[in-house]
Amino acid sequence: MTQADEHLLEVEHLRVSFHTYAGEVKAVRDVSFFLDEGETLAFVGESGCGKSVTSKALMRLLKPPVARIDEGSRISFCGEDVLRMDKKRLRALRGAEISMIFQDPMTSLNPTMTCGKQIMETLMLHRGMDKAAARKEAIRMLETVRIPDAEKRVDQYPHQMSGGMRQRVMIAIALACNPKILIADEPTTALDVTIQAQILELLQNLREELHTAVILVTHDLGVVANFADRIQVMYAGQIVERGTVREIFREAKHPYTWALLRSVPKLAKETKQELYTLKGTPPDLILPLAHCPFAARCEYCMPICRERMPEETSLSGTHGVCCHLQHPMAPKVEGFTTMQGGSAGG
Amino acid sequence: MADCLVEVRDLCKYFPVAGKKTLKAVDHVSFTIEKGQTLGIVGESGCGKTTCGRTLIGLYPKTSGEILFAGQDVTELAGKERLRFKKRAQMIFQDPYSSLDPRMTIAEIVAEGLQVHTNLSRKERQERAAEELLAVGLTRDYLNRFAHELSGGQRQRVGIARALAVEPEFIVCDEPISALDVSIQAQIVNLLIRLQKERGLTYLFISHDLSMVRHISDYVGIMYLGALVEYGTGAQVFSEALHPYTKALISAIPDPDPDSGHEEKKIRLSGEVPSPVDPPPGCRFAPRCAFACEACHAQMPAWEHAGEGRYVACHRWKEIKEKGV
Repeated sequence: MTQADEHLLEVEHLRVSFHTYAGEVKAVRDVSFFLDEGETLAFVGESGCGKSVTSKALMRLLKPPVARIDEGSRISFCGEDVLRMDKKRLRALRGAEISMIFQDPMTSLNPTMTCGKQIMETLMLHRGMDKAAARKEAIRMLETVRIPDAEKRVDQYPHQMSGGMRQRVMIAIALACNPKILIADEPTTALDVTIQAQILELLQNLREELHTAVILVTHDLGVVANFADRIQVMYAGQIVERGTVREIFREAKHPYTWALLRSVPKLAKETKQELYTLKGTPPDLILPLAHCPFAARCEYCMPICRERMPEETSLSGTHGVCCHLQHPMAPKVEGFTTMQGGSAGG
Repeated sequence: MADCLVEVRDLCKYFPVAGKKTLKAVDHVSFTIEKGQTLGIVGESGCGKTTCGRTLIGLYPKTSGEILFAGQDVTELAGKERLRFKKRAQMIFQDPYSSLDPRMTIAEIVAEGLQVHTNLSRKERQERAAEELLAVGLTRDYLNRFAHELSGGQRQRVGIARALAVEPEFIVCDEPISALDVSIQAQIVNLLIRLQKERGLTYLFISHDLSMVRHISDYVGIMYLGALVEYGTGAQVFSEALHPYTKALISAIPDPDPDSGHEEKKIRLSGEVPSPVDPPPGCRFAPRCAFACEACHAQMPAWEHAGEGRYVACHRWKEIKEKGV
């Protein structure tokens, strides 16, 4: 395990459950992955697949006793066990070493504080700056995220800004302490396409300038294709396929990944054709899952899929898939990749 | 143009705002929709597309202009006439969470329109509601449930069933899919297309999702800051856009292909949409446009005919087209 020590973040057998009136919802089921310095990892999946819960667990933002990170889970950040950190250490970790951008810039900023104050708050808390220095730094941060008129904007309230501006302020807050990991939870979902393109470009530039590792949580494969280094496809609280961007888009092996790739509408396609849809709904996470979670919706479902949980088959150093189709005795099936879908022509 | 169901001429909708200013939400918009076809209206938030749809079916009174529905101006209708128009033109709303009354059962929600527009008995209305639920892919079991028991996709189906119940000819779909998950979006779009084929419905489909609009629409209108900037068939607008804004909008769609080289070809727009309260005096897109010249800043471009069934509002579209940029 010499290599393990080198990873910036390492997660092993993460299980998160929520205690509700209806029963115990197992939202994340045995998820393991790692993140290296300066790289971008994307969590992709439908709503309710556990991608946001996983990213929140990394910072221990889930509130006990309702949410519980189960025994046997391990999250290590720079060799330190996050699950064993006390309150004081967690406070230092959040915001300074790992920080987060949320989906909705309308609700995640404090409406009663000026944007400048919200950036200064982090700086004063984590970097021990005094008010004047923090203000200067806040203005510099606003300039870093390309907000024009930073001197003036620093004293404005969130309601005086547009959605794109607010998301820039969120990014400025998140990056104020130069964190090692930035978790971006659907950072552009609430924005318009042209603004989305601006924010993605900004994130990309900042990532290169500051050498921050990024965890991108999204359901939009279009965003992922040009932004991430590695992708983890999640379904029903598990990782069903992992690989580099090219491996996922070109050589995907899991039927669920195929379904995701197929459901992206392409501009060149004929209109008014039936769009591809995935039948059925994800499994109820309250129920125990003894077999492949995707079996009920899978076109290639075999009897074994309803009996046993598939184990991860490693296809290359980076590419892994949990599917019984990988068994040497399973039938060979033709998958779907963007190559065949062909975005050209038309 | 014989089968033109909806015709909008120079429609304006202004809202008064504080300080005696006016917000020009919809400013001199003209288009037509033929029977059985779909017009998609695309634009960023705040461009007036929703206001346009709402004014069209009379939810807002217009400021000026004409709305002809089957040849008849519907903006001045009152009483029974107005009721009759409302039966023919229905709406599907964006947010399936807030557009269904939480205290009504699904049966009551779907049948409410029938109570207003028909003389059916309670039992017959219930029967019709059940039929409509089947048509949108739900079952009878949902009749006595409440909205909070359903998922987002199911609620949107109820919203569609409610619009269908009074057998309209024209439906304004106001961002019907933007609040839903990607996989559910495709289901709802498939449902809308199927219903259109079965019942010969005419749609005005409002969305900011370009690829979905391309998929569902026969004609597409691109809106920017209260005005249409380009109009044409889906193929025309998407494969040979004339207006610089349309070009930028199309290139901003993220391409789900890591090797497409799309990132390099992207047209980047700087800045954001200006406020519609104080729009720039000339072309509204000029402050963000790479091709803007003096005339663009000074004078509003005309709504020009640009070939078969195509319109564009840009001073320099001919130059841009010839140079092929």
